[in-house]
Amino acid sequence: MSNLTEVTNVKAKASKKTTSMETRIRRAGILFALPWIIGLLAFYAYPLFSSMYYSLTNYNVISPSQWIGFENYITLFNDDLFWKGLKNTLAYALMQVPLAIMFGVTLAMLLNLPVFGQGFLRTVFFLPSLLPVIATTILWQWLLNPQFGLVNAFLEKIGITGPGWLGDTTWSKPSLVIMTLWVLGNSILIYLAGLQDISKDYYEAADIDGANWLQKTFHITIPLLTPVIFFNMIMGVIHALQEFTLPYALTYGTGNPAESLLFYSMYLYNNAFLYMKMGYASAMAWILFVVVMLITVVLLKSSGKWVFYQGDD
Amino acid sequence: MKTNLVKRIAIPILLLLAAVGFALPFIWMVSTSLKAADQLFVHPPVWIPNPVNWENYVHAVTEIAFFTQFKNSLIIATISTVGVIISCPLVGYTFARLKWKGRDTLFLITLAVMMIPFPVTMVPLFIVWSKLGLVGTFMPLIIPAFFGVPFYIFLMRQFFKQLPRDLEDAARIDGCSEFGIYLRIMLPLCQPAVLTIALFQFMASWNDFLGPLIYLNDETKYTLQLGLQQFRTAQDTAWGPLMAASVLVALPIIFLYFIVQKRFIQGITFGGVKG
Repeated sequence: MSNLTEVTNVKAKASKKTTSMETRIRRAGILFALPWIIGLLAFYAYPLFSSMYYSLTNYNVISPSQWIGFENYITLFNDDLFWKGLKNTLAYALMQVPLAIMFGVTLAMLLNLPVFGQGFLRTVFFLPSLLPVIATTILWQWLLNPQFGLVNAFLEKIGITGPGWLGDTTWSKPSLVIMTLWVLGNSILIYLAGLQDISKDYYEAADIDGANWLQKTFHITIPLLTPVIFFNMIMGVIHALQEFTLPYALTYGTGNPAESLLFYSMYLYNNAFLYMKMGYASAMAWILFVVVMLITVVLLKSSGKWVFYQGDD
Repeated sequence: MKTNLVKRIAIPILLLLAAVGFALPFIWMVSTSLKAADQLFVHPPVWIPNPVNWENYVHAVTEIAFFTQFKNSLIIATISTVGVIISCPLVGYTFARLKWKGRDTLFLITLAVMMIPFPVTMVPLFIVWSKLGLVGTFMPLIIPAFFGVPFYIFLMRQFFKQLPRDLEDAARIDGCSEFGIYLRIMLPLCQPAVLTIALFQFMASWNDFLGPLIYLNDETKYTLQLGLQQFRTAQDTAWGPLMAASVLVALPIIFLYFIVQKRFIQGITFGGVKG
């Protein structure tokens, strides 16, 4: 009997101890999160919602803001440069994202094979992504120069007359895409990690069934890599839709030739910081936000059909 | 037999060709930076400068306020890295190891926030900093780091989640405070992760162009990225000095990469995949 009470006592004490422990952990937990809670409110939530407010005003920082309702949005829909920026950006993303995925996956698969000098080769492919964007811009402007650039000199050697690249409205966006493919190091590494995560069992089973290299690639490697491809796709789309530094630095913010490099974010920047139309720029920002969200949601919805997870039945 | 041939010969050759293609622009940049003006536009192109001409580097550091800009870049990158090291592991830790109400919701919000395009927050943030009278100072480029960056928080959380539970329980029984457990036991175990986010932040801050473009308007406060751009407008055709300046700006990051190569790669791959 006394033994039993002792046990209950110990249990009660223990549970009391755990509750006080839990309180302590809870308090510490919130306290530790406090910097981020403040950061989230100050640098994300507040700007997000005030951007919605500013988009309904006429604001130039110097004089107080004026409520104008949906006027900014109406003006935007009649603004040629807005449409041009949107079209350029979407056209660029539509080219850049699929090419970056194909190029990245192919290179990662090649780099994953046991080849002599593998480590060195991986470094070679990664190095360009360490360069500052401005340096990349300067370098490629030089390489793609129609008169004295290296690229056209090479093309000439194999009997092709190279295009005008950045000076040509048809080729200016593809030129940008080429530059971004050169700095693909980060995503190549992510694909590599994904490839290394694929269980060897699948390949062994396929070998027993007598599958060839091509079959293994398309029936094992690529399907099992789809979660990583999906991750890079989402990041790639978000990134491509806000592309700024490359076209801005290349064209000093003009978007020439013939506004073929006028990107959405660039026109937004010009409105905000060049013409001081902060309200107008905020309306643009919100439209961008909606476009990004819509595309992300569509991709997420589609992912159920083509993304496979290992060990998922 | 046939596949073996493809694997043994065709693939290495393909890879090597691709690698050469990737390396050439880089080599060209370094080579151009060492060429005298009369060798720049020669046809066919000269790959090995003869004689090696260091003058471009002299131009690169004298024609723009290179050392001031170098110092500015270094200050901004270093302090914001310190900020990230203080804030992100702490928040990542509480998301991974401490139980409290609303934690999971806040974590989901943190992930969602990564999808907000920067141009959306850019304008209101500029307005706030300008109202605070801090536009033109380094503050807008430094302070946010002390309040956490979602991607780094996410990365730290993933690392902390892997640590065994027993460690903190033992420390708790020994009467260690929650902050003590974090600082003395858990944080040292996550050193590789902390180093990774430190590298990411330093690199991002060093290479940032849009931030300084928005917030810095006084030339004495310019960073190297703005300096490069300024250099170009002033000397549109001086390719040699431009390449030299680009090499100099990239050098610290490349140097950093070679010191910590292994960690660097681990960090990138880890953050991307082990979601």
